[in-house]
Amino acid sequence: MSVRDLWAGYDGKVVLEAVNLEIDRGDMVGIIGPNGSGKSTLIKTALGLIKPIKGEISILGAKGSLERHLVGYIPQAELVDWDFPVTVADVALMGRYSLRGLFRRTTKEDREAADSSLELVKMFELRNRLIGELSGGQRRRVLLARAMAHSPELLLLDEPMAGLDATTQHQLLDLLDQLRSNGATVVLSTHDLSCVSSRCDKACCLNRKQIAFGKPSDVLNEQVLGDTFGTHLLMVHLDGQAYAYQHHTHSEESSELERLPGNGHSHD
Amino acid sequence: MIDFLLDPWEFAFMQRALLAACLAALVCSVIGVFVVLRGMAFMGDAVAHSSLAGMSVAYFFGGSVFWGAFAWAVPASLAITFISRKAKVKLDTAIGIIFASGFAIGIILMSQVNNYTADLFALLFGNVLAVSWGEVLLIALVTGGILLLIVMLYKELLFTAYDATMSAASGIPVRFLQYLLPVLVGVTTVASLRVVGIVLVLALLVTPAATAALLARRLPGIMIFSVLVGLISTVAGLYLSFHADLPSGPSIVVMATGIFLAALLFSPSKGVIWQGLR
Repeated sequence: MSVRDLWAGYDGKVVLEAVNLEIDRGDMVGIIGPNGSGKSTLIKTALGLIKPIKGEISILGAKGSLERHLVGYIPQAELVDWDFPVTVADVALMGRYSLRGLFRRTTKEDREAADSSLELVKMFELRNRLIGELSGGQRRRVLLARAMAHSPELLLLDEPMAGLDATTQHQLLDLLDQLRSNGATVVLSTHDLSCVSSRCDKACCLNRKQIAFGKPSDVLNEQVLGDTFGTHLLMVHLDGQAYAYQHHTHSEESSELERLPGNGHSHD
Repeated sequence: MIDFLLDPWEFAFMQRALLAACLAALVCSVIGVFVVLRGMAFMGDAVAHSSLAGMSVAYFFGGSVFWGAFAWAVPASLAITFISRKAKVKLDTAIGIIFASGFAIGIILMSQVNNYTADLFALLFGNVLAVSWGEVLLIALVTGGILLLIVMLYKELLFTAYDATMSAASGIPVRFLQYLLPVLVGVTTVASLRVVGIVLVLALLVTPAATAALLARRLPGIMIFSVLVGLISTVAGLYLSFHADLPSGPSIVVMATGIFLAALLFSPSKGVIWQGLR
């Protein structure tokens, strides 16, 4: 996937300026930035849901939405209606709809693909559960199964880690690694800097415009993170570990100290 | 007992009423599932009420009330969707404007007809006992058409109702469906106006589907239960209407409400009583 001088927005407002990305096959790319920084807009533009104002995105060598069936997508979990009367199996099967045109029914092959997708995320046993009966981690895995049901080569995940506990986050990341070993490319947006620094090949820092793009170890430094989040980040080095210390402007009490692996990290 | 059950159907007008009411209940129960899931109840009500404008224009000039309502309902449904999408007006506000304006125009026109209260009463509360074979045929055609569309577009309607963003990303024509569904709801209410009238059509649209949502888990099951509830309350309502000499539309609605209350209390999975015992 490559993005060249992309400007995007909606209702006539520019939300995203001058984004340039070069993502290789098999990469895991983390998009980080504060709320309203354009993370979702970038993902939706890549999906063809938002038309770029300027510039272009090409996915697997093709421009625009022609290669839709090669792309899998997980929307933000809070945008999904969890009270809707569908089962886990129903949702996974929806991932196959992009392969079937209007008026066409799904086939046995579709159901088998959806089932094996559920097996991969270890949700096959729960396939007859209603989605409203699932835990947060299970819900995320169902959305992942749906995104993978048509064997996409590129996965676009909008905040897949939000609201999950650390163990579940790591399970999800392990699952994504497994997919990448099969040749899939993963692009995810997140607030979790430690995940990007420890698990992603590349990081893209956004705040209405591209602040930085590159290897996490090169990109995630005080300057970039300060520009991205617009707050002062204090880097503290202790016992060979880097700590990022952030003052939340609204409350002195909420200053936090978090230990992160590697060097040059921060806490959002 | 046998007489009680068979007596009503010896009359041709009751046979026509049964057929018309069951067809209307069928299509309302199916589309009603989407109405309940998407929270479109007020929209269906608004289209029905605003259709009074089209009906009274047709009535005023001596045309078919059915086609008058039909000609009004389709643009009204499109207008509600269009206004809420383009004009930065909230959906329920757009619905309220269409609701009241159409109804007002309808009342003004009807007031110009001599002895208008009796005719207005029939439009507002329906009179399925006076339905003609021609109207039964029309209702059958509309019902058949809508059901065919729902069967053909089932997976798209399901996906879009559940997750519009994702279905747009999958290449499903979401915008087309977002305009189509309100039109289907509007046409459904028009097809049911003769049965229960403008004021009560909402009950036929919402009550069976809401009852079914208490009884079944998945969408297909909810649709089947919704149709069953719709048909049972229609037949039971017509019996009540015939034997107790009560107006037919309200009788059907009362029966449907009774079944809903029973489901609300006694549904094995979601009933108030079982949940209280747990």
